[in-house]
Amino acid sequence: MVMDMDGLRDAAAPKGAEVVVVGGGVTGLSAAWWLARSGVDVLVIDKGVVGWEASGRNGGGCSHYQSPLFLEEQRLWPQMDALLGYPTEHRPERIILAVTQGQWDQYRRIAGIIRSQGFAVDELDPAQAREAVPLAGDNAVGAIHVRTGGHANPQRTVQAYAWALQDLGGRVLQHMPALGLVLRGGRVVGVATPAGEIGCDHLVVAAGPQAEGLLLPAGIRLPLAAARAEMIVTEPLPPLRVGGTDGNGLYGRQTLRGNLAYGGGPHEWLDTEAAGPRGRPASPLLANLSRRLAELFPKAAHARVLRSWAGIVENTPDGRPVIDRPADPGNVTVCTMSGVGFGLSPASGHAVRDLVVEGRCSFAEIGKLGLDRFRDLPADWRERQGWVTPAAERAA
Amino acid sequence: MATVDPKSLHGKFPASREHVEVLVVGAGPAGTAAAIAAARLGAKVKLVDENPVSGGLAGLDVPLFFGGRAGAALGNGQRMLERVFAADPKLEEAFEAGVDLALGTTAWGLFAHGPGLQTLPGPVVGLADEGDAWLCGFDRLILATGARDLVLFFEGADQPGVMGAQALHALLGRYEAFDGREVVILGTGDLAVAAATLALDRGVAVAAMVEVRDAPEADVAPLLARGVPVLTGTVIRAAERGPFGVAAALLVGPDGAERRVPCDTVCLAVDRVPAVELLEAAGGALVADGARGGFAPRLVGPASSIAGVFVAGDAAGVAPGPAGDASAARAWGVAAARAALGYDAPAPAPAAGRDRNPYRLDWMRRLLAVGTPDVLACQCEDVTRGDVLGVRPPRYLGAPASPRALDTLLGDGPVNQDQIKRLTRACMGACQARRCREQVALLLALGAQIPVEAVPLAGYRAPVRPLPLGLLGRLDERPEMRDGWDVWFGIPTQWVPYDDIGTEREAEHLRGNMHL
Ligand SMILES: Cc1cc2nc3c(=O)[nH]c(=O)nc-3n(C[C@H](O)[C@H](O)[C@H](O)COP(=O)(O)OP(=O)(O)OC[C@H]3O[C@@H](n4cnc5c(N)ncnc54)[C@H](O)[C@@H]3O)c2cc1C
Ligand SMILES: Cc1cc2nc3c(=O)[nH]c(=O)nc-3n(C[C@H](O)[C@H](O)[C@H](O)COP(=O)(O)OP(=O)(O)OC[C@H]3O[C@@H](n4cnc5c(N)ncnc54)[C@H](O)[C@@H]3O)c2cc1C
Repeated sequence: MVMDMDGLRDAAAPKGAEVVVVGGGVTGLSAAWWLARSGVDVLVIDKGVVGWEASGRNGGGCSHYQSPLFLEEQRLWPQMDALLGYPTEHRPERIILAVTQGQWDQYRRIAGIIRSQGFAVDELDPAQAREAVPLAGDNAVGAIHVRTGGHANPQRTVQAYAWALQDLGGRVLQHMPALGLVLRGGRVVGVATPAGEIGCDHLVVAAGPQAEGLLLPAGIRLPLAAARAEMIVTEPLPPLRVGGTDGNGLYGRQTLRGNLAYGGGPHEWLDTEAAGPRGRPASPLLANLSRRLAELFPKAAHARVLRSWAGIVENTPDGRPVIDRPADPGNVTVCTMSGVGFGLSPASGHAVRDLVVEGRCSFAEIGKLGLDRFRDLPADWRERQGWVTPAAERAA
Repeated sequence: MATVDPKSLHGKFPASREHVEVLVVGAGPAGTAAAIAAARLGAKVKLVDENPVSGGLAGLDVPLFFGGRAGAALGNGQRMLERVFAADPKLEEAFEAGVDLALGTTAWGLFAHGPGLQTLPGPVVGLADEGDAWLCGFDRLILATGARDLVLFFEGADQPGVMGAQALHALLGRYEAFDGREVVILGTGDLAVAAATLALDRGVAVAAMVEVRDAPEADVAPLLARGVPVLTGTVIRAAERGPFGVAAALLVGPDGAERRVPCDTVCLAVDRVPAVELLEAAGGALVADGARGGFAPRLVGPASSIAGVFVAGDAAGVAPGPAGDASAARAWGVAAARAALGYDAPAPAPAAGRDRNPYRLDWMRRLLAVGTPDVLACQCEDVTRGDVLGVRPPRYLGAPASPRALDTLLGDGPVNQDQIKRLTRACMGACQARRCREQVALLLALGAQIPVEAVPLAGYRAPVRPLPLGLLGRLDERPEMRDGWDVWFGIPTQWVPYDDIGTEREAEHLRGNMHL
């Protein structure tokens, strides 16, 4: 009898899948859900709990006019609760409130861009702004009311993708880090994990900052720099008409419970660790955020801050996503949303599904989001851009 | 190298407004002893304590479970300040030893260099009083933040008159502002005995002591002698609602019969947990240690895992023995001060008590046995026990009934209280989970049939006191913070509309940089 050593070694390893997705954030989970909807046998592995990195810690904004996926993002969000079968807390519309003239000029410029894509945007004078946003104060200069866009609850959305995926027969393995890719004959045939090798025909890498290190051995260079960003949340206040009201250098939303959850301001560049971050600390920045939120909503200055938190996002050198299926090895699809990936996730997952199944995105032209653009990127791009950690800066 | 990203945190934080050699947080027996010892060793010491707390915070059950029984006198800040000062002669001693004593001052955050945070000029504690907030730098920090009550709920626990023993001690001992006359005490351990004794000494009647186990946990003979009924094998099913809060405790005895004990206050004195929120929120290591009262700092002597940060007293682990005996806390304080200043310090004996979890679980099991799934687990967010075990989204979402529950979630991976928190909102409220963190963990342990220690801590985050936006916003700000502020990363190319990328229109977008 001939022993199948490979089979024996992997006896305890989880069963492979047609498509294995590394990364159980919104990008990977949405992609897997889309694949499962197309009848593909899909398995998501995550080093921890789903959504534990950026996907469960963000501002929940779903309004990305700059993206080629914008229209698909706007088309899908109003349907997501029904499609997934679990609540995402999505609510439509945004108001952006200016408290300085500079902000007002900027927001009106944004209004123009959004209008040019066929969506209505109203401009509110200070009195109208105060009427629309009762927490606004005498400092209101104006506001734009965007009749599209919206916001949702990050962790709830992550969980909804995961459960919807499972309901379609897809699998999620938590606490299962990908330690490396398994290459044979120039193709990726699986991922190495502490439980053994998990085989696949196609691999999707949506591992946030860790994607760069995972992909390198497969000859794919995805330049990324990770950074920490912070948010605060207050006690609940009476609901605003449009929960997605922000401005004054802040992004965020009022949750359906009534809490004000806002972020913005400076970030801290980090070195990426393969096993994931050792901490996600908040800093005294919570006070600077508090100040700006009280300026944005003077009538909420009394609201108590309950928590602050931080999340880690990766950025590409130009801050734009990479959604690509490089020709070599050909069976790997890569997706990073470069720090702006929650709201776009219904659409980014769709695009990844299209690349895996059809080789091209069916609903939008996304050619400019390919890896090709970094072909000539110098090795020291981070230093050149000043995207360095404080330690590296001190050392220099 | 090019210039450092002007939109990053690099160089944005100002030097702290004040800087001290030794900062002590908490002016209980441990902190006061630490401050006096450090001052006598020649250090410049600042000792802060949040007492007297504002009526607003007390109303939220912060920092202690006051349960609506803080008297109106608490609103008189000046009078309370005098009382708090007078209640402990050691404070005057500290003052005379040259300690800069700041009462009514809350430490809301500890920030120190660690993984992911390297941009601070140095380690700092965020402080606030009624009117201002600022950062205080330190060479050495001693956390003597004491303990908090273990809160367990039953029907009616969300009304005025249900409170904790630590809060009772603060209101009777420190403030002389307790709004109750007749109290039922839950528990018969050292803590419950101290609470009952204190109540009787201050002229508050003790209607009963209630114990789920078959025998009292501590020596209750002196209390029996003072006429206090001690009811063993008994649990509280509900606190009866009256016009001013609790009207009676409805108790279920060993025979299953219910009896009504009139009272205006039910005082939880089952156990306490170390107050470790400042340390944990700063990334300090904790260990699940049932003998020390739950998640307690990982210590080497009095030193925490964060350089320069020391822990003393109940915060280091709730000591076994009489709750009224502060000598161990004082000894810890002195040892922490000596260690902080580099002197030899006999390492304080670790709190070598017995594991407290079996007792807590006995209580939780009995409370579950006599209560329904509709009993609250989280009062702020209106989350019931059934909601937690069913991992139900909040009712206001009106979501359809879901087949998902704790048992299906367990199929996906080990139980994680923070995950349950984000899905059910249990522990997300204004009390910052002071009333629910431990009981949700006990509930999850029982629901998942795992040891309590296996339920990961629901993390703490700054600010560890719920302070107003306007107050926190008073922190000093450098011009670099204002000038470098951007809503997101400030990468201009990120926001160029896709169609314009690579066209001549692209340049127009590279100036403005705000997005939605
Ligand atoms: C504070 C903050 C606010 C934000 N606000 C918004 C907003 O308002 N709107 C918006 O659209 N976006 C926002 N974002 C960005 C958004 O959160 C992210 O772009 C998005 O969540 C990225 O999702 P992802 O799935 O690609 O990555 P991630 O969420 O980072 O998920 C990657 C996953 O991969 C896993 N992983 C990594 N390495 C491995 C490995 N080796 N093996 C197995 N698993 C691995 C990780 O555990 C993680 O779960 C914000 C981000 C932050 C931090
Ligand atoms: C029921 C009961 C009866 C008691 N009876 C007696 C008695 O008879 N005699 C006696 O001496 N002691 C008594 N005590 C007190 C007890 O002995 C001591 O509390 C205990 O020894 C621990 O002391 P500590 O200094 O570690 O903590 P604590 O005494 O609890 O002191 C901690 C202090 O730190 C403050 N603090 C915590 N966090 C912050 C923050 N972030 N910012 C600012 N301030 C903060 C707290 O408000 C508190 O004042 C009793 C306690 C209880 C619960």
